[in-house]
Amino acid sequence: MKSLAELQAIRDKMKDKVVIREGTNDIRVVVGMATCGIAAGARPVLNALVESVNELGLSNKVTVSQTGCIGICQFEPVVEVFEAGKEKVTYVKMTAEKAKEVAESHLQGGKVLTEYTLTEGEL
Amino acid sequence: MKELSLNILDVAENSVKAGAGLIQIIIEETVDMLVLKIIDDGCGMSEDIVGTVIDPFYTTRTTRDVGLGVPLLKLAAEQTGGGFSIESKCESEYPDNHGTRVVARFFKNHIDFTPLGDVVSSVTTLIQGHPDTDFLFSHFFDDNKCVSLDTREIREVLGNVSLNEYEVIKWIEEYLREQYADTKAC
Repeated sequence: MKSLAELQAIRDKMKDKVVIREGTNDIRVVVGMATCGIAAGARPVLNALVESVNELGLSNKVTVSQTGCIGICQFEPVVEVFEAGKEKVTYVKMTAEKAKEVAESHLQGGKVLTEYTLTEGEL
Repeated sequence: MKELSLNILDVAENSVKAGAGLIQIIIEETVDMLVLKIIDDGCGMSEDIVGTVIDPFYTTRTTRDVGLGVPLLKLAAEQTGGGFSIESKCESEYPDNHGTRVVARFFKNHIDFTPLGDVVSSVTTLIQGHPDTDFLFSHFFDDNKCVSLDTREIREVLGNVSLNEYEVIKWIEEYLREQYADTKAC
């Protein structure tokens, strides 16, 4: 059974990490989690991103957060990647599988997966 | 919505937007009924607004912050022959006792009942996205409290470590899943 003692151990482990981590996150990943996003399947996409970022050891570099309606409901689930000094990248019609690929290729490898991004002609 | 747990995730987001400090998500299940309550201590709404949030055509045009989430939950409840209510106390009128209370009742055996689905995932997603808000989640089966989580207790143990640290979210997820596995004994 999970116990609060285990949670205490997590706290003690994290305390040191938190200090190191502050201010180093330079990539921000945002998932649209309004009614449109949730209905289209944003919950598993968000969870896959959170898992992958941790598995790939990117927690110091990448933060994954949630936002409301991005305004392109027909393309949900939508994931936006913000990186200092670079153009915003918008991934559309995402799935958990695609999210894992984005984490590996883009967030870890720096290569944008253009086959999943929104191009101007589609708008 | 394919799962009621997605409606829960969606409607609880309204409570977050209302600036709630504590959001209670309560599920009461019996053999043939499921009652879902989402209760917050957020800023609340005036009587006029409460009347409009359940109407999708009115709300999508004017109060974009509320939108389709509430009408979809209402529909999910009513299509089972159940019911829906929303009550709210506006902060300006009730400075010490404000907030919104959403109650949806479902007949589980109705053919149009949407399954609850992965409610654990919805709870962890809410905490991941809103680590500074407190959530009290309880799922009762035939009056026996079987699954519960209070982030205030977790926060006390964690001190200044954020609730949305990956290890913490994973702990919460497993903590809830273990409790659900045990409910089979209830």
